[in-house]
Amino acid sequence: MSKLKKTADIFEKAMNAVFTVCGFLAAAFVLIITGFLIVSGIPAIKEIGIIDFLFGTKWASTASPPYYGILPFILSSVFGTMGAIILGVPIGLMCAVFLAKMSGDRSSEIVRSAVDLLSGIPSVVYGLLGMIIIVPCVREIFDLPDGANLFSAIIVLAVMILPSVISVSETAIRAVPKEYEEASLALGATKTETVFKVVIPAAKSGILTAVVLGIGRAIGEAMAVMMVAGNVANMPNLFKSVRFLTTAVASEMSYSSGLQRQALFSIALVLFAFIMAINLVLNLIVKRGSKNE
Amino acid sequence: MKKIIGMLLIGGMLAAGLAGCGSTGTDTAQTSSATVSTDGSTSMEKVIGHLSEAYMEENPGVKITYNPTGSGAGIQAVSEGRCDIGLSSRDLKPEEAQSLNGTIVAIDGIAMIVNPENTVSDLSIEQIGAIYKGEISNWSEVGGSDAPIVLIGREAASGTRDGFESITDTEDQCKYSQELTSTGDVVQTVSSNPNAIGYASLASVKDTVKLLAVENVIPSNETIQSGAYKIQRDFLLVTPKEKQLSQAAQEFMDYATSAAADDMIEKAGAVPVKR
Repeated sequence: MSKLKKTADIFEKAMNAVFTVCGFLAAAFVLIITGFLIVSGIPAIKEIGIIDFLFGTKWASTASPPYYGILPFILSSVFGTMGAIILGVPIGLMCAVFLAKMSGDRSSEIVRSAVDLLSGIPSVVYGLLGMIIIVPCVREIFDLPDGANLFSAIIVLAVMILPSVISVSETAIRAVPKEYEEASLALGATKTETVFKVVIPAAKSGILTAVVLGIGRAIGEAMAVMMVAGNVANMPNLFKSVRFLTTAVASEMSYSSGLQRQALFSIALVLFAFIMAINLVLNLIVKRGSKNE
Repeated sequence: MKKIIGMLLIGGMLAAGLAGCGSTGTDTAQTSSATVSTDGSTSMEKVIGHLSEAYMEENPGVKITYNPTGSGAGIQAVSEGRCDIGLSSRDLKPEEAQSLNGTIVAIDGIAMIVNPENTVSDLSIEQIGAIYKGEISNWSEVGGSDAPIVLIGREAASGTRDGFESITDTEDQCKYSQELTSTGDVVQTVSSNPNAIGYASLASVKDTVKLLAVENVIPSNETIQSGAYKIQRDFLLVTPKEKQLSQAAQEFMDYATSAAADDMIEKAGAVPVKR
């Protein structure tokens, strides 16, 4: 008996060590990536000058003399993400309401599995569909010479953020106590009024989390954007070809050398800073949300 | 599904790592390990990559390195003896040719493509230059229908773009409406936009797009080899005149300029030299 217990003890301790090591391993990866980005991203920023780098409006990395201004990329990324949120969040939110309030219904089951499937589609497939369907459609509908522009990228991104927005806001909406709704209905409010004036405000912090997650997804997407946005380093304009932070790194990395390559690492560092900021905001929201409850 | 892919990847990496260990082990045993260093043109990356891969597979004792620095830097490096073979996608200047030999290893033929609906079928190099600089912006100005011209190009660091812009004399002046990262994307985009014009290596052009004649010559392996088709440039292997090449470097040169390399050169999207 005691021998059995002893072996069990040893096993427990060993597993404990394994879990701890794995935990630290994950943290180590974050540290390594952060360190690497900072070490390889700083030299080019120093050489170019941080003002010229962040606020320069011209990017011509292979011209002579080269220009390394990434403001067009930053603004394109910001506007593209904003556009995707403006389009995608209302749709995702309504969909979440539908899923939360119609649960058990056959149609909601179908919608739910479709949403799950949507989150599993690789981004290159979104890009391909965007390139073959959305880009020509945008060209036809708006009578433009070319459909690969910020607008097409926004549409693709809006679809791509739907799954995370839907699933997180659905959870938040489900967590709203039934009594709130019942009280609202008992006071004579219609179902629509209840949803918009009681349920959604009560689920506010969860929905905000969904929005922030959506922002994170949209700003970090490279492949799909690269295939629909045209990739010219213009200052952002809804119907002009633009280049995002992610695509700026991805499109030139394979051939680059010297200062150009270092500058690409610096772009990655800027992107990383954005993602970090988004994560911080997310943490704040989650913390505030749990305090309120 | 993701898990399975992940495991396969890890398995593959382990296997590659082990294989790597194995071959280095035999290298030292054979004592025939030699390194051929190449340095130069980024446009030649694919050609030299395909060639060296195929060559190293047949001659496991030889390692061929490639340093993508640009044609000028590659010529400089070989003249200073910092590499065995320099790679240049431009012709040697007279002063460089005094001490260096340039051997044509392949020809880079850049095809101009438009949508099949486009009625234009022939452009001069000047017209192409003016189109890409934005001086001509409507197809009606070059004999087509009244529609804006949509310029499709490659990303700044692309060798095809470098070749196209240097031949048409439009360096850093192109008003692209899309900069795509692969030849396949260029072909796809041109095939789906009736107003688009693009450029791509001849080998990767498919029949979903229309090939344009340039100065009345349709690009093909024959017209490129004869020099009749103008948007082309030579890929050179640059070697010193005075100094003898190392045996390994000489053998690689012989392979790269032999008929056995033609397949690899075509696979890399370039046109083999006429023999």
